Amino acid sequence: MINKNIEGRSPSSIEKFFLHLHPSKIDTRAIKFNRTFGLGGVCALLFVILSLTGLLLRFSYIPTVEHAYDSILGLKYNTIFGQFIRNLHHLSAKFLIVASFLHLVRVYYSQSIFNKRGENWIYGLLMLFLVLASSFTGYLLPWDQLAYWAITVITQIIEYIPFIGHSLAYLVRGSDTVDGNTLLNFYTLHTGILPLLFIFLMSMHFWLVRKAGGVALPKRDEIQKVDVIPNLVSKEIMLASIVIAALFLIAVFYDAPLLDQANPLKSPNPSKAPWYFLGAQELLLHLHPFFSAVIIPFATALFFFGLPYFKYNNLNIGVWFNSPLGKKITIQSGVIAFVFTFVLIYFLEHFLHFDLWLSNWPSIISTGFIPVLLYVVPVAIYLLFWHKKHQANRTELIMACTSIILSSYISMLLISLLLRGEGMLMIF
Amino acid sequence: MKLNRRKFITRLLVAVASIEALFLIKGSVNKVASASATNNLFNAGKASSFDTNKLYPFLTGQFFLKRFEDGGFLAMSFKCTHLGCVVNTNSQTGGFNCPCHASQFNKFGEVLSAPATRPLDYFPITIEKGELLIDTKTPIRRSSFDKSQLTYV
Repeated sequence: MINKNIEGRSPSSIEKFFLHLHPSKIDTRAIKFNRTFGLGGVCALLFVILSLTGLLLRFSYIPTVEHAYDSILGLKYNTIFGQFIRNLHHLSAKFLIVASFLHLVRVYYSQSIFNKRGENWIYGLLMLFLVLASSFTGYLLPWDQLAYWAITVITQIIEYIPFIGHSLAYLVRGSDTVDGNTLLNFYTLHTGILPLLFIFLMSMHFWLVRKAGGVALPKRDEIQKVDVIPNLVSKEIMLASIVIAALFLIAVFYDAPLLDQANPLKSPNPSKAPWYFLGAQELLLHLHPFFSAVIIPFATALFFFGLPYFKYNNLNIGVWFNSPLGKKITIQSGVIAFVFTFVLIYFLEHFLHFDLWLSNWPSIISTGFIPVLLYVVPVAIYLLFWHKKHQANRTELIMACTSIILSSYISMLLISLLLRGEGMLMIF
Repeated sequence: MKLNRRKFITRLLVAVASIEALFLIKGSVNKVASASATNNLFNAGKASSFDTNKLYPFLTGQFFLKRFEDGGFLAMSFKCTHLGCVVNTNSQTGGFNCPCHASQFNKFGEVLSAPATRPLDYFPITIEKGELLIDTKTPIRRSSFDKSQLTYV
């Protein structure tokens, strides 16, 4: 740690504490912007902004069915900078979801999740879950039509889990339907429990990054090191300033949405889940809930948690896409999965009506098993083709699987977000 | 395997936490307990005032009351069994459409088209002194419609 900077002033204890997030000297390759894109730091910054704006919002928000919506209106019309603070909170939450997703993508494709970084990958996934949970619990609080029906749709998905589904949904909602109990639950989680968990997990996450020796880099004999101050810290401050400036600027012009007050007797048409869950809702439209709400989410979660621990044979840690072949397979499988998902959904929507054709079969087969096969079989053939034709080994094939999952989810999300109108029917 | 003090205490804590979790899952967190256990039944009015082969929506009770040709009553919940949106009536099929995900139900509440997988839930009806009393607190799940679900005067 540097005790004296250029002016000869020694840093205060608080400065020293924060500087301990970094080592005193760092590999020059680690501070190149396109090594990390600063995404982890941006997430941490957004968390701080969210905490500060959230604390301010707490002064005016009333978590009851009678007053929640009115308190938002009061914030909007009768509070100086009230709407601005709310916009800032809303935008930062959106940015946080995008930034943490991109952070996951960056860490994965630069092969930085193996060996001692495996544990940190788990913490990262847990935090991604917390990011979604925070957004989701915050979504209900304005108590408008958007909030009410989005939460109704998602908590109803929980009911499809066998055996414990109903009790679990009841536990989340605190009731049989979304009501004042749900609001209280979500408020407590959103403003108390989840932020506390975040602070713990973030501390672990930072500490484990340091313990693993910082950003993962390809092995090299000669390593050039430079001082963290000013080389890295100045870059961090610059990126943070850009993010803050962008947030402030957008928050002036873009208002966080607020529809009519929640009305449990009238579903808006269409009722959509929060945008980041739209991929899941899209899946639910085409697949029997046993597949779309249970098997596929759990299998995907298992796959992602297992990623650092599968058996690999030629890991190149810190190398983007592991190898040139890995890069090729990632890009190609990502594009193909995106298009294939789109085409399959289009056909399921307009031409393939298995539920009508096979109406005397159990629906778990006609609307569950058959569509799943329609997806899995071509994907398996595609992977086999890469294995036989290009000698893609396990590392690359697993990378292709990850690309296919991520790309398919984004494809479904975009379809649901942009191409579905009234009655959740496709607009063309 | 020997059970020492530390293991014993750890397991005890795990057991206590599991029991607590089980209670949470079983839904023992009740925010409101009502002082009296009187079951508030929804009174829909005189049974004779309902025409046969007609559908009566009761928004406050959150159900549709259908009287079939033979005079049988069926009170169907208006919550779609797919994801809990409120279904609308469809005048063409005489059944119901869900605005959220395009599920369709026929006049008995049975699924006409997916993604919903089971018919609309129904509420038990009792008839006292010619008045229809509907128990809107206990929706009943069913896999298909049959005559036993109807209530007659």
